Amino acid sequence: MADNTHTKIEVALAGNPNCGKTSIFNNMTGSRQHVGNYAGVTVEKKVGDAKIDGHDIEIIDLPGTYSLTARSLDELAARNVIINENPELIANVVDASNLERNLYLTAQLIELEQPLLLVLNMVDVAKEMGLQFNVKKLEELTGSTVVETIGRSNKGTEDALRGIVKVSKERKIPNVRVNYGDVLEPAIAELEAEVAKLDTGRYPHRWVAIKLLEQDTDILEKVQELDKSGAVLSKAEALRTELNKSVDMDIVFQEYRHRFAVDVFNGVLEVVPEHKDSKSDNIDKILTNRWLGIPIFLFIMWVMFYLVINVAEYPKGWLEDAFKLLTEFIGANMDDGLLKSLINDGIIGGVGAVISFIPHIVLLFVCISFLEDTGYMARAAFVIDRVMRGVGLHGKSFIPMLLGFGCNVPSIMGARILDNPRDRMITILVSPFMSCSARLPVYTLLAAAFFAPEDAPTILLGIYVLGIIVAVVTAKVLRTYVFKGAAEPFVMEMPPYHMPTLRSVGIHMWERSVMYLKKAGTFILAASILIWFLTSFPQDVEYSKDYDAAKAEVTAMHEQKADSILDEAQLANDEDKDKVSAIYDQMLALDEEHKDDPKDEEEEATAEDATQDGAEAADEKEEVEEPAYFEELKAEELYPVAWNLYVNHKAEEDEIKELDLQQGKEKIEQSYAAQIGHFIEPVTEPLGFNWRVNIAVVAAVAAKEVMISTLGTIYAIEASEDDSTTLQEFLANDPDFTPSIGLGLMVFALLYLPCLATMAVLKRETDSWKWFGAVFAYTSILAWVGAYLAVHIGRALGLG
Amino acid sequence: MVKKLSEMKPGEVGTVVAINGSGNIKHRLVDMGVVPGTAVRVMKYAPLADPVEIKVKNFELSLRVSEAQMIEIEVQ
Repeated sequence: MADNTHTKIEVALAGNPNCGKTSIFNNMTGSRQHVGNYAGVTVEKKVGDAKIDGHDIEIIDLPGTYSLTARSLDELAARNVIINENPELIANVVDASNLERNLYLTAQLIELEQPLLLVLNMVDVAKEMGLQFNVKKLEELTGSTVVETIGRSNKGTEDALRGIVKVSKERKIPNVRVNYGDVLEPAIAELEAEVAKLDTGRYPHRWVAIKLLEQDTDILEKVQELDKSGAVLSKAEALRTELNKSVDMDIVFQEYRHRFAVDVFNGVLEVVPEHKDSKSDNIDKILTNRWLGIPIFLFIMWVMFYLVINVAEYPKGWLEDAFKLLTEFIGANMDDGLLKSLINDGIIGGVGAVISFIPHIVLLFVCISFLEDTGYMARAAFVIDRVMRGVGLHGKSFIPMLLGFGCNVPSIMGARILDNPRDRMITILVSPFMSCSARLPVYTLLAAAFFAPEDAPTILLGIYVLGIIVAVVTAKVLRTYVFKGAAEPFVMEMPPYHMPTLRSVGIHMWERSVMYLKKAGTFILAASILIWFLTSFPQDVEYSKDYDAAKAEVTAMHEQKADSILDEAQLANDEDKDKVSAIYDQMLALDEEHKDDPKDEEEEATAEDATQDGAEAADEKEEVEEPAYFEELKAEELYPVAWNLYVNHKAEEDEIKELDLQQGKEKIEQSYAAQIGHFIEPVTEPLGFNWRVNIAVVAAVAAKEVMISTLGTIYAIEASEDDSTTLQEFLANDPDFTPSIGLGLMVFALLYLPCLATMAVLKRETDSWKWFGAVFAYTSILAWVGAYLAVHIGRALGLG
Repeated sequence: MVKKLSEMKPGEVGTVVAINGSGNIKHRLVDMGVVPGTAVRVMKYAPLADPVEIKVKNFELSLRVSEAQMIEIEVQ
């Protein structure tokens, strides 16, 4: 510590919520930030580096708090950093436009007896309001150094950094005290003398004495450890009892701190502004208006949902296309085998799953920082709190819950907007019951397969409502039995409206996306590979026939047929042969070009043929409809010959595909996933799920929509979330399936383990394997019970 | 006249006389500046009649009606 220019100056950055602390932190550190957690608690710890005049500065951004009690994790974490991590100074950001209230925290920081820098922020807003302060006087009355900044337009940042260097060199402890008056001061002095006999380390004696009189739980515990004789604690108790006769010990210390803030404020105020309705008040009159408030709120929520869920689908689609191209490229350029399967299905599939959430997350945090920075978030909570309180939640919980209907991943990440850890946890834990959009294709498939078209919408609505009911009940249960305790205050500041800056929105978004990639991404990737492993291993399965030989046979047969077509055509010369192959190539090229066209009716019809007799359908399918886009080729004289070749080629493709599907079916039926399916069959038997359905259930842990493609594999047909008409027929005709079982499977899909990505962010946001395990167990049991009831109620109602 | 904050109408102004109850809610209120002697103005009620928005020390605070019931105000 001898040479300050070569060691980092450590600063703790403290301040009220909404005082502009985050923009000051961003201005000082730019992108040199990292985010972690405080040891043992889920309070986020942000640290950043700054540089000025050759000095390195490390800034710990404390949680924004109004106070420093042991009553909230945020406040406790903030004060523990100041005491235990021993920063060289505290930089306290205060909002000049709201100075009186901000000085209340300053009063508490002064009591911690550390060098103090006051960063007087938003001086422009204060000026606009007509407020003028005497800065010299402010330095004097708070015993600190004062710098002025405008965080939003990045003004005064260097002054603030130089202020940090200056204060760190002077190492001057504030020479002022919060005066607690004639009744309390003698008691404090008496107790302080007792405390001084203990080795309190970095804890200032006077502060410890005050905290003991205030019955601060954290300090009481700490002193209990040190105070072997119990002399200090019994003294404190005696003083408390005595003082309680003349003052309200509950709040008297707070009152004096407020008095200190008021005194400093009045001492530094040079011009008293006239009161007038601010711009903010006028905006507020509309946004929280008695009649307009709720419609405006719903509209803003709709816009947000649309952006985070629907608009994000576009970039998500592009990313998925890019990954598909990559898979196709590898498919074409690598030999078939284990490595290719690992890369294509395991790794690229997994990375693709991780990346595909990025557009949702980016847009989510754009929306959240916009709502928070403008100040609307508090108004949203204000408007809808009455509704959410009914289920024991906070008004702000509405936003993550709503997003859950789109995707549970942004929903859980969005729960961060809740300040109170209990509200945040409950919101996180119930969000997965909001039916996300990935579950919708599963519901529609099953509803279409087992119910009349006119009943399907009712069934769908019922499933969504069931999810909400389960969420509400779960929230109530959690609130009553798990997160019980004294009611949490709702009391919330309604910050003035501000236009957010692009920079702050950008930094927030970037920080969250990187965190998602780092923490949740690796988990999703690993779990995707595990699911791939379960569904594609073991490799050396025994097939009912030699598929490779069968495919070779098919190829040989069709080659022969192609030759005979050419022979029959009795082409005159090589030139004609070339012409035929040119037309044929063009046909294939056109096919390739039009492969993404919407299906025409003919293909649907062949799909239905296939339904009647899966394995042999390909042979029956002799009629190949001429695609409309072949029209331009028909003028060619030799078109009929090429057409016959084309038909022959199509038949070959179909037969090979059929063999592939059969092989895939046999393979998955011997996979580890199938073994799990067999293993859990006794458990799922009462639900009517056989081991084949169980395979789909296991595979769909990766993502709910995977249930469709896996069921497709099991029935040896092609099926995807975009097109499951064939699968629908198979399900409807499967004797093992009944409408009741279909209903049960829908309920099961709603309630059981949310997808991997959701579990990954759930683990990350709760920072606990315990909760991860609890959700695993709870959702599994709930899904079983729910499906059981659905199946049996369905049967009782005569659904079959 | 002393009445509960929850009984005040929008636009009414008064001074905090006492905060009843105890625990976290009381502490939070005091931390946020709702201390005896402070001037309070009721701004408005939410569309569903709860919570209520007040102005103290030149900033706005929203609290549930159940919390406002704990605060006694000397209305001018």
